[in-house]
Amino acid sequence: MAQKELLKVNNLKQYFPIKGGFLGRTVNHVKAVDDVTFNIYEGETVSVVGESGCGKSTTGRAILRLDDPTDGTIEFNGEDLLSLNKKEMRKRRKDIQVIFQDPYASLNPRQTVFQILAEAMEIQDVVPKDKRRERAIELLETVGLNAEQVDRFPHEFSGGQRQRIGIARALAVEPKLIICDEAVSALDVSVQAQVLNLLKKLQREFNLTFLFIAHDLGVVRHISDRVIVMYLGKVVEIADKKSLFDNPQHPYTKALLSAIPTPDPEAKKERIVLQGDVPSPINPPTGCRFHTRCPFATEMCKTDTPELRNLDNMAEGHQASCHHIEKIFSGDLVSKY
Amino acid sequence: MSEEIILDVKDLRTSFFVDDFEVKAVDGVSFKLPKGKTIGIVGESGSGKSITALSILRLLEKPGKIVGGEINFKGNDLTKASEQEIRSIRGNEISMIFQEPMTSLNPVYTVGQQIRETLKVHQGLGKEQGMEKGVELLKLVGIPSPQERIKQYPHELSGGMRQRVMIAMALACNPELLIADEPTTALDVTIQAQILELINELQEELGMSVIMITHDMGVVAETCDYVAVMYGGKVVEYADVKTIFKDPKHPYTVGLLNSIPRHDIDVDELEPIRGSVPSPKNMPNGCRFAPRCPFATDLCMEELPDLGDVSDENLVRCWIYSERWDGDPEVKEHGPKRTT
Amino acid sequence: MFQFIVRRLFQLIPVLLGVTILVFSLMHLSPGNPAHIIAGESAPESTVQQIEERLGLNDPIPVQYANFLKDVVTLDFGNSWRTSLPVSTELWPKFWVTFELAIYSTIFSIFLGLIAGIISAVRQYSVADVSIMLVALFGLSMPNFWLGLMLMQWFSINLGWLPPTGWGTPEQIIMPVFTLGTMGAAVIARMTRSSMLDVITQDYIRTARAKGLKEKVVIYRHALKNALIPVVTVVGLQFGGLLAGAVLTESVFAINGMGKLVVDRILARDFPVVQAAVLVMAVVFVFVNLIVDVSYKFLNKRIDLD
Ligand SMILES: Nc1ncnc2c1ncn2[C@@H]1O[C@H](COP(=O)(O)OP(=O)(O)OP(=O)(O)O)[C@@H](O)[C@H]1O
Ligand SMILES: Nc1ncnc2c1ncn2[C@@H]1O[C@H](COP(=O)(O)OP(=O)(O)O)[C@@H](O)[C@H]1O
Ligand code: SF4
Ligand code: SF4
Ligand SMILES: [Mg+2]
Ligand SMILES: [Mg+2]
Repeated sequence: MAQKELLKVNNLKQYFPIKGGFLGRTVNHVKAVDDVTFNIYEGETVSVVGESGCGKSTTGRAILRLDDPTDGTIEFNGEDLLSLNKKEMRKRRKDIQVIFQDPYASLNPRQTVFQILAEAMEIQDVVPKDKRRERAIELLETVGLNAEQVDRFPHEFSGGQRQRIGIARALAVEPKLIICDEAVSALDVSVQAQVLNLLKKLQREFNLTFLFIAHDLGVVRHISDRVIVMYLGKVVEIADKKSLFDNPQHPYTKALLSAIPTPDPEAKKERIVLQGDVPSPINPPTGCRFHTRCPFATEMCKTDTPELRNLDNMAEGHQASCHHIEKIFSGDLVSKY
Repeated sequence: MSEEIILDVKDLRTSFFVDDFEVKAVDGVSFKLPKGKTIGIVGESGSGKSITALSILRLLEKPGKIVGGEINFKGNDLTKASEQEIRSIRGNEISMIFQEPMTSLNPVYTVGQQIRETLKVHQGLGKEQGMEKGVELLKLVGIPSPQERIKQYPHELSGGMRQRVMIAMALACNPELLIADEPTTALDVTIQAQILELINELQEELGMSVIMITHDMGVVAETCDYVAVMYGGKVVEYADVKTIFKDPKHPYTVGLLNSIPRHDIDVDELEPIRGSVPSPKNMPNGCRFAPRCPFATDLCMEELPDLGDVSDENLVRCWIYSERWDGDPEVKEHGPKRTT
Repeated sequence: MFQFIVRRLFQLIPVLLGVTILVFSLMHLSPGNPAHIIAGESAPESTVQQIEERLGLNDPIPVQYANFLKDVVTLDFGNSWRTSLPVSTELWPKFWVTFELAIYSTIFSIFLGLIAGIISAVRQYSVADVSIMLVALFGLSMPNFWLGLMLMQWFSINLGWLPPTGWGTPEQIIMPVFTLGTMGAAVIARMTRSSMLDVITQDYIRTARAKGLKEKVVIYRHALKNALIPVVTVVGLQFGGLLAGAVLTESVFAINGMGKLVVDRILARDFPVVQAAVLVMAVVFVFVNLIVDVSYKFLNKRIDLD
């Protein structure tokens, strides 16, 4: 795919200060995102997966400039978003939209669907005033709702329908990139499937690019072209969907995939049950951050931080950050449990 | 099923009475649980899974009331048991763990105090014995350094740890039946794997029977022996776990399976169920699933089907399998189509 | 815990410093030359000047403030300008009367408020609940001097059961405490009720029931302790209002306490006594709130005050 690079995130760091002590000094930092680099091509869907607190949403928020990143660059269409001022950034928001998890909390309960959509159009001034109603109805039909529903309030809709309204609002300004932060997580499976199909359809129709944040790997496999796996603020593996699910290289990715219950009682699988909890991002483990739970960890893992790398047994563009990929692959290093 | 049946729920009905309106949260739930086995209750949100569980232990909050049916636990109908009888069963013969490990423990008491309480009520254990048994239980559920943990407050533990504490508390009196209401929904997958493995191990070790409530078909496949699928307050299909996945008969069960995006195989297009779950305030009169069912006929719209035998394995609530079916003969022949 | 208390004590310093500035400026900025008032209407100018000299009223204001501050730090407030008695001799007996009134009233309002609030919550929407909440609303909206006068009318004048004025004997204590404590009881009852209702729906209450505990144990052991957390804060705030209410209550029942003393001495421009009295009240208020914070921490182990 020799495609245009739409978004390029370089060495992104987001440290949140922890205030404390006598005078509210900064006593420590939550290293929510620590040196993350990836890119997204136009028209593709890249997913970010990982356990709660690993920095998925923070990455999304940084791209939207909802937080001020500590370090790094975020290039969108060749322009560094982090160097823009507030006003310039507001203009750029037209191109980058977001859909959140909780469809109800992100819609103003006092506005009708039309008002919600018109407001989005007005802020970015993409549709002249007298055309807005027409456009709103068109948008509703695009996301599978009825034209008659345009004057209703959010509480008159079901969860799945509200999420459709959220999608319509994002589409209203004709964005290039949509960040979906757990956009289907709160929905029941039967409805979730509807919304996933809708997102795929819209992507084809409007050549949209998605950054899809999720924790459900089934959903991720279904929607993504490429997948980024994060652990404690770092990218541990990045690959096209097929390689990631069929040929995972990082011990964490393997454990994560094996932990998902398979909806097939006869599927034989080997489960890697990790010990313990995810450590705190306040003082994350040194070296490889996964070493406290990794079944392959050696002394070296405790001190040396592994870099993302591509090896012969991996497809092009597939990278994992582990010192021992080769030895694990060849069977020279065996699991400790 | 020739095994000993530990729990036999027959046509359970539980309603909430709000503003002169009856919300039929559970409206005809029947299932049998053989001793030492696990039954999964699955369904989407609002289908009545939690209310079924709470009804069994009679833990319903105020406007909620059991309005009919039987809950036979070892031959004793719990719907008719006195307050005192049911209290002596709770936490003792039947224990329950809940979905939200973060909020299900009392924040102002230590883990130890909370475990000891159960032991004191049902076994009359004193402080020292309770503490000893508490440490033992924490060890059993795999909590590292139980001696220290037992003195900590819930906020000092992670979500997975708290769920382990909940399990320890539930196991304190060696219950014969454990009701787990979405025990891993709030947890990360790697922690979910730990907890499910723990429940499976303990079940084998202690010979408990388990009711596993979940909306995740993956969890059902990996933990259950039998499955009851709920929709709109009713059990629409009941079968052993293999049959549910291999030969599901109810259009809703099939729709549910077709909607799941799989992490283990590629699915080109998901086959969602159209529409959404009906609100309990305007439940359809006939088959609850009729407005969303691709096979619905006039009969389905008007009359509610019974939960009846379809084969040796399945109990299904659907007109397709009755003599009165006048819709698509193809479905009757082959059943609804699986796409995944 | 110890560290926390020490830290809070240190944090009191700026607060108290602020109080001294406030008290000092209020007195010194108020119109009327104290020397004039002390000397009397018709005293000659020379006497007034002499008094001014003696009291240091001619010094620049910052110097006067510094002197005042020195008095505060050494806990020696000098003598009253009015009676020439040491300030502490004037203050202590009155302080004790008011302090007793406030403490009894607080205990009364906590006791009554909690019981009423719990009953209300446990029997939500019952006759008991509705009546308690009505009475509480009544208690909230009634000014306490009015309540005091009504009580006096009934129990002293009509029925003759209780003495109308004074302080000391149990009979004398009943009406003032009731008068002063009612508002607090009403506030605490309402607060306890809503807090209890909130707590009763929490997941851990369901867990407690699922363990097979008796309903009584669920309510008193599991719900109440959590419900008290917000109530404790209210008690601290109430105490401030109580000190103010005490002044009115004292004048209704002719109790010779701090309220009366302060009012009298403000009129007489007796700076040392007024300043000391206000300062003492502020210190008490601040300490009560410290106690509240400590019990808050004790009740709520989640709050990490360190
Ligand atoms: N404003 C903030 N101040 C301090 N810490 C924060 C802030 N926002 C996020 N964090 C911390 O940063 C880490 C990453 O958070 P983030 O929300 O990105 O997680 P996530 O991967 O989206 O998790 P989830 O799956 O639960 O949504 C967490 O440890 C979180 O507690
Ligand atoms: N306190 C209540 N008052 C009124 N309706 C309730 C109450 N609790 C639950 N319900 C209704 O009962 C139905 C079943 O709920 P529940 O058993 O919690 O569903 P789930 O299957 O998601 O566990 C839902 O429609 C819900 O709205
Ligand atoms: S670097 Fe070491 S600890 Fe990290 S994943 Fe690889 S083997 Fe495990
Ligand atoms: S009874 Fe009719 S509507 Fe209901 S599931 Fe069967 S076919 Fe569908
Ligand atoms: Mg998030
Ligand atoms: Mg539920």
